[in-house]
Amino acid sequence: MDLTFSAEERAFEKEVRDYIAESLTPEMKRATALTPSVFSDPDIGMAWQRALHRKGWGAPGWPVDHGGPDWTPAQRWIFEAECARAGVPNVNVMGVKMVGPVIIGFGSPEQKNFYLPRILSGEDYWCQGYSEPGSGSDLSSLKTRAVRDGDDYIINGTKIWTTHAHHANRMFALVRTSDGERQQDGISFILIDMKTSGITTRPILTIGGDHEVNQVFFDDVRVPVANRVGEEGKGWTYGKYLLEFERGSGIASAKLREALKTISDLAGSEITGRAIEDPDIAIRMSELEVDIDALEMTELRVLSALQTGQNPGAVSSLIKLRVSEIRQAVTRLGVDVVGQDGLAVEPARPLYRLNHEPVIPEDLLPVVPEYLNSRAYTIFGGSSEIQRDIIAKMVLGL
Amino acid sequence: MDLTLSDEQRLLRESADRFVAETFTSDHRKKAANDPLGYSPDIWKQFAELGWLALPISEAHGGLGGGAIEIGLLMEAFGRGLVSEPFFSTVVIGAALVAECGTEAQRQAILPKVAEGALTLAFAHSERAARFDLAHVDTTATKTAAGWRLNGSKITVLDGAAAGQIIVSARVANANGASGKLALFLVPAGTAGLTLRDYARLGGGRGCSLDLKDVQLSADALLGDGQDALPAIETVVDRAMAALGAEAVGIMQTLLDTTLEYTKIRKQFGRPLSANQVIRHRLADVAMQVDEARSLALRAALMANAEPVARSRAASGAKAKIGRCARFVAEQAVQLHGAMGVTEELDIGAYFKRLLAFDTLFGGSAHHYRRHAALSGRAHA
Repeated sequence: MDLTFSAEERAFEKEVRDYIAESLTPEMKRATALTPSVFSDPDIGMAWQRALHRKGWGAPGWPVDHGGPDWTPAQRWIFEAECARAGVPNVNVMGVKMVGPVIIGFGSPEQKNFYLPRILSGEDYWCQGYSEPGSGSDLSSLKTRAVRDGDDYIINGTKIWTTHAHHANRMFALVRTSDGERQQDGISFILIDMKTSGITTRPILTIGGDHEVNQVFFDDVRVPVANRVGEEGKGWTYGKYLLEFERGSGIASAKLREALKTISDLAGSEITGRAIEDPDIAIRMSELEVDIDALEMTELRVLSALQTGQNPGAVSSLIKLRVSEIRQAVTRLGVDVVGQDGLAVEPARPLYRLNHEPVIPEDLLPVVPEYLNSRAYTIFGGSSEIQRDIIAKMVLGL
Repeated sequence: MDLTLSDEQRLLRESADRFVAETFTSDHRKKAANDPLGYSPDIWKQFAELGWLALPISEAHGGLGGGAIEIGLLMEAFGRGLVSEPFFSTVVIGAALVAECGTEAQRQAILPKVAEGALTLAFAHSERAARFDLAHVDTTATKTAAGWRLNGSKITVLDGAAAGQIIVSARVANANGASGKLALFLVPAGTAGLTLRDYARLGGGRGCSLDLKDVQLSADALLGDGQDALPAIETVVDRAMAALGAEAVGIMQTLLDTTLEYTKIRKQFGRPLSANQVIRHRLADVAMQVDEARSLALRAALMANAEPVARSRAASGAKAKIGRCARFVAEQAVQLHGAMGVTEELDIGAYFKRLLAFDTLFGGSAHHYRRHAALSGRAHA
């Protein structure tokens, strides 16, 4: 057992670090630091996606024949850790990490040939049509309906919490094509062109003041049957496969470590009146650092199991739960580090392109909105309560 | 980067788990609790035969040259059975201090005896006024014509009464008083001037307090050749905390397993306790904390040979958080067993008490979060 990487892996780490250093622009880095929601605007994220694609790193998790880089789990770890350290933008994970793997796993050859290259190159920007106003954690109760009409489906209904629907040109959606015995039956997985007539999008502002999510309405939206992935009525299986990716794709500890470092740097700075000198702040900083150490080791244990071909088990729910809780605790500490300056709310967005001088130092701007927005971490992708249900059932066998 | 066990390590874990499950039954534990020695010399002999006492000792000194990972595997198994044999005090601490500080002659004299089970050791370091500060030692060692004279009082000497030799820390006094240097002394059991007050330790095993009144020692009782012993003490205690963390993980895992079983069997209002979501979610939290503790104990073991600040940060971080997890897991295990959990009729209480002891040994969570913060340059913590 050891924690060190091999000489080849060290060389790879250097290659990643060097490539990031030469292709991550100061603008991308600043925009990422000043984005209090999960995703920067697409001009930032997609510029980074194109930079990764140029290097052949556009989709680290994909098989090599679809354009993946054929990395070992350790290489993926190193890549994610270096990206976190450098503060790179989030790319369109709905494309690369969500719909991509589903198309690879269950899509037709035509779908693979058409969609996958466009995800890699950043030509397509995807959003996820899962939740509905009446179907949150109980996702399979969804009601958006697709009725067959010749070679088309006609879709009616509404999706909500749709991240970047206002930017996306494509959506993957779970829709009801029939009513089965169980509510999980009769759901299909459909790819939708967002320019199709009958689709309207309503912005939803988060409590942090960001427009990241939307409600999307479908009014007799005509989608070719050829846009269905896999079999009709089997969408729940594909959707669950994707959720596993969403929960388990996490190499999250490196990002959390950077987020804590950002707060720690602020706490050591004159712009917070050196908040770190408050012993309570200093101790909480250490508590969180140790929480992240534990998470990192758990992630490395999973990685190590994957490397040796073992199944890490249902540990992804466990990780999702801790990641979301630690994320919230880090942002909460951030609010306490900023102190009263946190009251100076900056409503304009994006924070990296303000037309005026902000009232408080720029580095403080995203902290309170980040905390407010981070309340969503224990809700999306299966709420913490759902994760505990899953742990009780899958890990503990209750 | 590889966190999988080697074949030898897997075998070690399997044999330790099997031995502990067969030997350290509930009945055995109750007998040991009333034993004035606190453990079984027969079992100690078997430990030696299994090679466990030789495990971390270098091959040059009759050992097997194992490291923190192997120690952790054994300690986790020992935790599952609440083993009270003086493995921790003799091998994890005592032998390690001799290896770190001792002269080659002292290593040759002591370590092979430990490896073959012929000598047990204890470490007398903590003092009441020091609380958890490893550098705070008021016990004095004064150079005499014949050697050394020790005076002072120690608390929480684990397995002290059964030890063949007690390693005592003291501050070396010169003509002007204390010199500031810490030293370790090998004090044979029964040396004149030693007063031991032995007790049955919370959670199993024995402990004692120790008074030293004009204890006369020969010159070669000094462990090593006069260097400041504090860095070695810190090294050994950091590694010992990783080992204790692994033991705590074993204890917590047993509490989780036992509690899971109980909530499946115990019926109230016509259904098992485990059918209630509030119980299921509580158990999910318990499982999560056991897993976090496991990760941190492993991390501290993997960092056992890192440079001092990194090693101490890992050890203190692990001790702090595992302590917190241990309290939660222990308290929930009692809670979910209902009134029976508060009685001596179940084993739950014994595991609970051992975790309570774990949390305070070498400093509780608050102390170690402070140490972690200070080591991280968060100076005012």
